[in-house]
Amino acid sequence: MADITLNRLAKVYPGGVRALHDLDLTVRDGEFFALLGPSGCGKSTLLRTIAGLEAASGGTVHIGDRDVTALQPGERDIAMVFQDYALFPHMTVEENIAYPLKVKKVGRAERAAKARRTAEELGLGPLVERRPGQLSGGQQQRAALARAMACRPRVFLFDEPLSNLDARMRLEARTFLKKLQRELGVTTVFVTHDQAEALAMADRLAVMESGELRQVGTPTEVFRRPASTFVASFIGSTPMNLVDGEVTAPGAVRVAGGELPLPDAAASLTEAGEKVVYGIRPEYLRWSDVPAEGAVAGTVSVVENLGSAQLVTLECDGGVSVQVVVSEDHEPEPGNRGWAVPRNDRALLYRDGDLVAEHGTTDATVSGPAEGPGNGVGDGPADDAEPVPS
Amino acid sequence: MRTGTNPVPALLRGIGAYVLVALALAFFALPMLWLAAAPFDAHPGVTASLPDFTLANFKRLWNNPNAVDSLASSLILAVGSAVLVVGLSALAAYALSRVRIRGRDGLLYALLLLSSIVTGTAAMVPIFLLAAELNLVDSYLGVILVLTGGLLPAAIFILKDFMDTTPRSYEESARVFGASPLRVMWDVVVPVVRPGLATVGVWTIAQVWGNFLIPFLLLRSPDKSPAAVVMYTFYTEGGQPDLALISTFSLLYSLPVVLMFLFVSRRYGFRFHGGIKA
Repeated sequence: MADITLNRLAKVYPGGVRALHDLDLTVRDGEFFALLGPSGCGKSTLLRTIAGLEAASGGTVHIGDRDVTALQPGERDIAMVFQDYALFPHMTVEENIAYPLKVKKVGRAERAAKARRTAEELGLGPLVERRPGQLSGGQQQRAALARAMACRPRVFLFDEPLSNLDARMRLEARTFLKKLQRELGVTTVFVTHDQAEALAMADRLAVMESGELRQVGTPTEVFRRPASTFVASFIGSTPMNLVDGEVTAPGAVRVAGGELPLPDAAASLTEAGEKVVYGIRPEYLRWSDVPAEGAVAGTVSVVENLGSAQLVTLECDGGVSVQVVVSEDHEPEPGNRGWAVPRNDRALLYRDGDLVAEHGTTDATVSGPAEGPGNGVGDGPADDAEPVPS
Repeated sequence: MRTGTNPVPALLRGIGAYVLVALALAFFALPMLWLAAAPFDAHPGVTASLPDFTLANFKRLWNNPNAVDSLASSLILAVGSAVLVVGLSALAAYALSRVRIRGRDGLLYALLLLSSIVTGTAAMVPIFLLAAELNLVDSYLGVILVLTGGLLPAAIFILKDFMDTTPRSYEESARVFGASPLRVMWDVVVPVVRPGLATVGVWTIAQVWGNFLIPFLLLRSPDKSPAAVVMYTFYTEGGQPDLALISTFSLLYSLPVVLMFLFVSRRYGFRFHGGIKA
């Protein structure tokens, strides 16, 4: 087992495209770590650089206390599961699982026994004689995992591990992967573009944009206190409301035609007259049919059913729209008037795209009542419709 | 009479079409019929006819000193070239498919264009002179090298297509497990592109089997001549082509290639991807 330390890691492709900008990152021993970002943000390049499939242009990669920057992938004591699983089509499942051992010159009998045992652990026992083409997507994934596990690496790297599965399988595989990782206790880094996947599976995650790390933290931290408006808009199945506002004199902020109290976190850090962006997740807005104090008012324009709740789009009087998650108790109709009251301990202020907060304040100190981040999160932005618990 | 079109012109049209098809078929089938009938005929002519059945022609052929040996020569040349072509073109196609160099496609097309010259009539004299300088005249190796050189570009061209459709993640996966590039090639790439290798191998054997010019040019001693060249020597004392020997030998000469095609086609199936992902 080992941690992974990146020190000023850079990758410049021939032709001058900078894929990674001097990244510093430590993935702790035994951690399940997600690299999250939109396509083209460099997350896959980062994973491939850790694997050694891409050579770093600058900086170092340490696995444990070993500097592996100049080593070949095969010398790094890692295992990687590819997005398409990369199972060799001409080998049976057993031969596939045994292949890393064959490369490492383990004897035939021993590697067959190990392969069978690993296959057994992952519930592939009756399938070892089959070829990958005769397996379902989920079975192929488990075969690929078994192959990665068989050589007992110090680090697992997963490239988009769930994206080749259909929506239903994906949920199952998510739970399965997390359980497996916990049991094995092997440091694992996985890449995903799906924020729900990252929040649900990872112990910690890094949000990337244009080759840089925008925020590193636990899912709770990243969900509750996004460090920038980019992270705020990227994380969460319903995007955070980010509305331009202006701090007014007595500890209040004018947003979307309403006067709201300054968010707790930013209360003492702003001055009157400052232009800010007010951020509040739709889940943290309370719906009211009657005029309420400290609320934004508007007219309902769209109601989307999320199953156990509804996502209501409110056209505010200030000309902007705000989304609110409304529980089953209310049934707003398009055209109705409505008021949305923010939960003040969940509201955030952004100045020049960055979070306004005291340094060192983490979410551990602001632990909210019931909700864990996993609950408030549904699925990816556009892939499948899954009820979002509010 | 029923209402509707008159059936007579339609019938005539049908008959006309079938006659045309039959004539076209006969044009292609006649040589085959001749090849099937003449070897068993006591007095074969240039026409296909029901044979006056005999196996004497096969006996005569067996007693001809060069005939049987020449089939062995053909086999050596064909298999030797096939091994070289498949081995070298696989390595080259893999490299060309994976390495990005400027003008790669241009290079491939230029090679393809030039290859038809290398084994063609135009380069006859230079090839002979070159072989003479290298002491490769009258050796199997010389013929194999020249033929291999001529066939390689097309083989690389075909195989590169197969290599391109092999996902890179297969190789990267093997690399992460510690396999060396040659090992990746042998364990992963070769098995995946096996139908392509089989295609190229069979194609090479057929090409070499049927090649007359290069062995005729480079092999001096009659006992080394392959079948295609030996057939050219079957004349009677009177200077007339010995149709009995030629037809019998032609039959024996074409059988191995036909059998090989059938075998490989059943085993692997011929798949020319033509740029379409499988």
